[in-house]
Amino acid sequence: MLYFTRWKALGIVATALIVCLFAVPNFFPQETVKTWPAWAQRHLVLGLDLQGGSHILLEVDTNDVRKQRLDAVLDDVRRTLRDARIGYSNLVKRNDSVEVRIRENSDFSQALSKLRDLSQPLGGVLAGGGQRTLDVTDAGDRLIRLTVTEPARIERVRQVVEQAIPIIERRINALGLVEPTIQRQGVDRILVQVPGLGDPQRLLDLLKNTAKLEFRLVDMSMTAQDALATRPPADSEVLFEGRGGTKTPILVQKQALVSGDELTDAQAGFDQRTSEPIVSFKFNTAGARKFAQVTQENVGRPFAIILDSGEGGPEVISAPVIREPILGGSGQISGNFTVETANDLAILLRSGALPAKLTPVEQRVVGAGLGQDSIDKGKLASYVGGALVVVFMLVTYGLFGLFANFAVAINVAMIFGILSLLNATLTLPGIAGIVLTVGIAVDSNVLIYERIREEVRHGRSAIAAIDAGFSRALATILDSNITTFIAAAVLFFIGTGPVRGFAVTLGIGIITTLFTAFTLTRLIVATWVRWVRPKTVPI
Amino acid sequence: MRLLRIVPDDTKFDFMRFRRISFPISAMLSVLAVFLYFNHGLNFGIDFVGGTLIEVQAKSGHADLATMRTTLGGLGLGDVQLQQFGGQADVLIRIAQQPGGEQAQQAAVEKVRQALGDAVEYRRIEVVGPRVSGELLSMGTIGVFVAIGAILIYLWFRFEWQFALGAMVANVHDLVLTLGFMSVTQIDFDLTSIAALLTILGYSLNDTVVIYDRIREMLRRYKKLPMTELLNVSINSTLSRSIITHVTVSLSLLALLLFGGRAIHSFTATMMFGVVLVGTYTSVFIASPILIYLGVGVGRAEAADTADAVEAPARART
Repeated sequence: MLYFTRWKALGIVATALIVCLFAVPNFFPQETVKTWPAWAQRHLVLGLDLQGGSHILLEVDTNDVRKQRLDAVLDDVRRTLRDARIGYSNLVKRNDSVEVRIRENSDFSQALSKLRDLSQPLGGVLAGGGQRTLDVTDAGDRLIRLTVTEPARIERVRQVVEQAIPIIERRINALGLVEPTIQRQGVDRILVQVPGLGDPQRLLDLLKNTAKLEFRLVDMSMTAQDALATRPPADSEVLFEGRGGTKTPILVQKQALVSGDELTDAQAGFDQRTSEPIVSFKFNTAGARKFAQVTQENVGRPFAIILDSGEGGPEVISAPVIREPILGGSGQISGNFTVETANDLAILLRSGALPAKLTPVEQRVVGAGLGQDSIDKGKLASYVGGALVVVFMLVTYGLFGLFANFAVAINVAMIFGILSLLNATLTLPGIAGIVLTVGIAVDSNVLIYERIREEVRHGRSAIAAIDAGFSRALATILDSNITTFIAAAVLFFIGTGPVRGFAVTLGIGIITTLFTAFTLTRLIVATWVRWVRPKTVPI
Repeated sequence: MRLLRIVPDDTKFDFMRFRRISFPISAMLSVLAVFLYFNHGLNFGIDFVGGTLIEVQAKSGHADLATMRTTLGGLGLGDVQLQQFGGQADVLIRIAQQPGGEQAQQAAVEKVRQALGDAVEYRRIEVVGPRVSGELLSMGTIGVFVAIGAILIYLWFRFEWQFALGAMVANVHDLVLTLGFMSVTQIDFDLTSIAALLTILGYSLNDTVVIYDRIREMLRRYKKLPMTELLNVSINSTLSRSIITHVTVSLSLLALLLFGGRAIHSFTATMMFGVVLVGTYTSVFIASPILIYLGVGVGRAEAADTADAVEAPARART
């Protein structure tokens, strides 16, 4: 147990040293580290609880997705039947289905087969598996029911998440926030983590805004008041303009002339004449052509710029009168903006509309002040805890206590080294995990030393006792640490954020503890034995 | 230099005799803990029941709790709790889950922000919606059971099944008592509490395993030593280690408890109770004697009459 070949000894020392060296970048400022070679740049990442920031879990609103799907199916059915010149009545959405009644019995079988063609194999023709997007059934009495299948719904939700992630990324980047993490969680969720941030509310507002922009014509066939009092025409609806105080109703057509999808750019700026904040935008070629045509045909009529933020329905931002055809494909929106709201709208328009509503289901924001406090307290607790343990070990085991303290110091340095190597996140519970590891790491030494004491009492010579102490204690150390490691592993898999940080440091702490107990402590004691040739064990 | 010996060499406490006291006491405490759990309940944090938690710091340096209470009470947000948190300026605001789904929770935060305005700094805002909180609770519960199961299987491989089962009983006992402690003190029960419970699980087992290792070793070496005697020798010979280790762990935890700040206060307090108080007691007074009841070393007691067996403990010391 106490004999090491030269190579083995060298290997142990080299391993410990290299692992410790990985912790070095943490002691230098970020700017300095950036100039180092890539392999040396790995460093600890402070968790959101330590550096401050926002953790937001967004969930795709499945109701919204379902509604969109059904609307699309409804449109398809209407178009298909119209193209085939099949008479129908009662085209409605009911629960998860669209139902349509065919007027003539003679048309029914043709209608059914046409509508069956609407159902596509899921995941393209090649995917196979027999899953289809729609269930088209004959509900009797000339009624055809089209149901969106469960796999199709899930697939759609998956797509929505996929499409939403780059949009969210663009929005956050536009806010100038650094190193955000945006990842899918489960099927229908997106986890957004943004370190260090001024206004969490603004971030949240930007994230959950669907930002669907539409340009529609104002319906002049009746006044909005009349439409509210009676009934708006079939192809129009009443929307409201204005923020905060007064809301003006405006009757607009349901059909959009051009939508925000066709914007290529949007910038906040100031109106040259009134110096009010505005948002200027630019269409792509197709959008510009459409916009030019529409404005040419409707000079003198007002059109409405409508934004659907996903909350409280679409809202009219402004409804200017078209004074002259807009041919260049660019324009500007003015509408009671402040500098910040203009800026936010520009960001939203640039980043694109979200494919469906996203609901924040979990939000955790830590201010930078609290984070710094936590760091300070964590540091203080670590120093005090470390000092107490070091003194206690010295008092209890003397020289061997010194060995133990040295091993623990290396142990902690190695924990930081490995954490840096993994680019792991250090959280406040993570710091607690390290402090706890210090208490536990000495346990392996205590087990060994107590065993040596016992062996001495049983009358063995110093060297034999040390040898036996190590060989017997190591088996115990292994067993006892594996149980704790299992608990840490489970915690890692179920935990998120700070708790996961605790699991990580605890788990790594156990591994380094095993390493130091099995190699380093043994090597130190072995070297001392060879050096001093002790007749008695000084513990 | 004279070294500190907390435990004198060669202690010969008859730990096994206490099993007639420790088992009924533990049983009673466990029943009490379960009773408390169901009647007094745990102080579930927002992680598990949903709701909103806002930590604010008054910019003036002194938070006027009474005024804040009236301001926030008038918002119609249902149950709003305010609590001085740490210094004079710090206040923790808890708002119960709002009816009306996920959006309503966000709206509540907005209302509070408008009501309190710029007089305070928002140090922490946590909003957990009803769906997520339900999931977190089931994840946490599953986690604890998975950990218990995984450890049980590991111990079963490394030891005989009686040891695994004994360790398990001891473990569940630890968890139950810790839950009782959390119920009595009404410490916040949140995600970090699950972390604390799992750590207690790990370390209590760590302790138990150290003693079990020694018992196993003794069982192999002294084939005819009576079981109670064998257990006593095992516990006595690991006693010094148990105590020293618990001193070092307590010192670490104490530092965290005193200087680690409010954010991890409930975490360390729970750990202190579970690891230091319960864990140690359990491995000595529950986990070890239970092996007798589980039938480890049956047949040893009769063999104890032979001269060989009587010599064994003496030899163990030479």
